[in-house]
Amino acid sequence: MAYRELLGLLVRRELKARFKDSVLGFLWSLLRPLALLIVYYVAIGKFLGAERAIPDFAIYIFAGLTIWQLFAEIVSGSTGSILGNGGLIKKVYLPREVFPLSVVGSSLFNLMTQLTILAAAVIALGRAPTGQRLLYLPLAIVVVVVYATALGLVLAAVNVYLRDVQYLVEIALMVLFWGSPVVYSWRLVSGVVEQGWMEQAYLANPVTVAVLGMQRAVWVAGTEEPFPPGLGTRLLVMLAIGTVLLWLGQRVFARLEGNFAQEL
Amino acid sequence: MSDTTVISVRDVSKRFVIRKDKSLKERVVNAALSRRHRDDFWALRDVSFDIAAGSTVGLIGPNGSGKSTLLKTIGGIIQPTTGEVLRRGRLAALLELGAGFHPDLTGRDNVYLNASILGLSRRQTDAYFDAIVDFSGIERFIDSQVKFYSSGMYVRLAFAVAVHVDPDVLLVDEVLSVGDEPFQRKCMDRIKTFQRDGRTIVFVTHALEQVVELCDRALVLEDGRVRFDGAPRDATRLLREDFDAMRLEHQEDSQAAQHLDARVLAVELLNASGQPIQELPAGAGLRIKVTVESSQPLEDWVLGIGIDSPTGQNLYGTNTQYLGVPLSPLAGRRTLEIGLDDLSLGGGQYHVHAAIALWSGPELHRLPGAASLHVPSEGRSIGVLGARARVLTPDPQRVP
Repeated sequence: MAYRELLGLLVRRELKARFKDSVLGFLWSLLRPLALLIVYYVAIGKFLGAERAIPDFAIYIFAGLTIWQLFAEIVSGSTGSILGNGGLIKKVYLPREVFPLSVVGSSLFNLMTQLTILAAAVIALGRAPTGQRLLYLPLAIVVVVVYATALGLVLAAVNVYLRDVQYLVEIALMVLFWGSPVVYSWRLVSGVVEQGWMEQAYLANPVTVAVLGMQRAVWVAGTEEPFPPGLGTRLLVMLAIGTVLLWLGQRVFARLEGNFAQEL
Repeated sequence: MSDTTVISVRDVSKRFVIRKDKSLKERVVNAALSRRHRDDFWALRDVSFDIAAGSTVGLIGPNGSGKSTLLKTIGGIIQPTTGEVLRRGRLAALLELGAGFHPDLTGRDNVYLNASILGLSRRQTDAYFDAIVDFSGIERFIDSQVKFYSSGMYVRLAFAVAVHVDPDVLLVDEVLSVGDEPFQRKCMDRIKTFQRDGRTIVFVTHALEQVVELCDRALVLEDGRVRFDGAPRDATRLLREDFDAMRLEHQEDSQAAQHLDARVLAVELLNASGQPIQELPAGAGLRIKVTVESSQPLEDWVLGIGIDSPTGQNLYGTNTQYLGVPLSPLAGRRTLEIGLDDLSLGGGQYHVHAAIALWSGPELHRLPGAASLHVPSEGRSIGVLGARARVLTPDPQRVP
C-alpha cells in the first residue's frame, strides 16, 4: 500500500522535528528515561530501601520503565494526534489512521533505543539474559503495542469531539503507572493482596502482565523471585483479547472519522 | 456513471450543526438547553451533477454559497449528510498550499512528506525532485528549515510539489493567486498543460476572469444550491449581475433614507447621424442617449455611462463630472446624450450601462446591460480594443 510510505515519512517527521533545534538533538530522547531511572533508583531504591528487597534494582526498574513508557507514549501521543494534525486533516484526504499509527511508529523507535541501552547495561553487568526467558520480551512488547494502539485509536477519535479526553488521559496514565509493579515488586503486592479475586483483578491489567513479562525476560537477578503462575499463558490470552479490541477500536475510529474535518 | 464521467455528485446535501460549547462541563450544564440551541445550517442542498473526464469546471458564487464545502465533499474530506459522490481515478486536492508542511523540517524533507501526502511514492518523488525545486525557484534554500522561509517561498515550494503530483482529477481552491506575477504565470501555464494532457480540474475561485480563461464549464452556487450550470461566460455574467443587484439593493436602502428617487429609464444607442443602431462598424462614432427620471427635484447630479465586456468587466466609463459639465436640476423626465467620437472597439459583443449619481459621490441608480452593441469583426485583430493597423516595414524579400 502506498500509504505505508507515508506512514514511514510521518514517523520520521515526528522523530526529526522533535529535537530539531536542540544541540544534543536525539540524545534527549535517551536522557529523559535515564533521568527517571536515576530518580527512582535513588529515591525509591536507596532512600525507601526497595533495593534491599529487589536485587539489581536498576535493571529491574529500567525494564519496567521501558515497557511502561512505550504504553504511555503511544496512548498519550495518539490521543492528541488527530487534533495536532487538524490542519492537514481539514485540507487533504488521507486515511486518518496514519496519525495515531505514526505515533506508534515513533514510540517503537524510542523503545528500540532504550532497549539498546538496557542491552548494553545487562551485558556490562554480566547479567545478560539467555535462553527461553527471552521469549517473554517480544510477547510483552506486542501485548503493550496492541492494547495501546486500540486505546489510542479510540481516544484519538473521541478527543476530537470531546477535548476533555486529553486531560483525562494524563491523569489516568499517572494512576495506571502505580497500578503496575514498575518501582515496587510483585512480591510486595502478593504479600498484601490475597490470593483469589483481588490478585486476579490486579493481574487483569494487560500492562501489569506485560511489565511482569518484561521483567521475567531481562531481570536475571530476579530469576528466583516469585512471579504469578502461568505468565506466558496470560500474555497469550491477553494478546488474543487485545487483537479483538484492536479491531473494535479501528471500527470505532472508522465510524467517528467521517466528521473529523468539520469538528476540528 | 457513463464512461467519461470521473466525478458524479448525486443529491448531495450537507448539514452543519452549529454548536457553541465543547467541554464536558458546558455540555452537562447545558444538556437540556443545547438541544434547543442547536442550529442547523445547510451548506449544500440537493446538489447533483456529473463531471466528464478532461473538462475544467469552475465553481463560483458569493462568499458562503457552499463552494468550498462542495469541493471538500468531492475530495472526500467531508462526508455528505445525504447523497453520495462517486469518483474515478486518482484525485488530488489542493485546498491549502503547504497544508502538510512541518516548520521544523527542511524544504527537502517537506517536499518528500508533502508529495507523499498527496499520493506520490518515494521513487516518483525522487524522479520529480529536481523539477520541483527548479519550478519553485528556491534551490539555495532547499536544505534550510521551512520556518525560515518567506511566505512567498513557502507557497512557491508548496505549489511546485502540488503541480508535480500527477493526479487524474485536480481539485483547486483559491490557490492560483499566490506568488508574484511571473510565478503566477508559470502556474497558469502548468494548469493549461494539465488541461492539454486531458486531466480533469475542478476549481473554486473568486477571480471570474480566470474562470472564463480556463474553464469550459462553470457552476454558480447560491445558498448551497446550483443556480446555474453551463458556459463560463454566462455564469460569470449572471454572477456579476447578482453582485450588481446586491449593490443596488444596498444603495436603495441608503437612498430610501435620503428620500431620493431618481432612475435611469432607458438607454438607446445612435450612430453619428442620430440613427438608432445595434451594430457599430469599427472606428465609427457612437452616441448614447439616456432617459432619466426623478420624482423630486434633484440638484447637483451626475450622469454616467460605460461599456462592459460580455463577462461584465468594465472597459470604459465616463460621466458628466469627469467631463466637467454641471447639469441643471432634474425634475420629471429628461433625455441626455453623450457622444463617443473616436470609439474604437475590437470585434465582439458589448453591453452599455448608465447610472445616476450625486456630485458628492453616492450612486443613486444604475441600469446594467441597458443596451447591447455588436461590433463586427473583420478578422484583422483580436481583443476588445480596435485600431487601424498596418505593417510599416515592408518585408524586403517581397518588395516588387
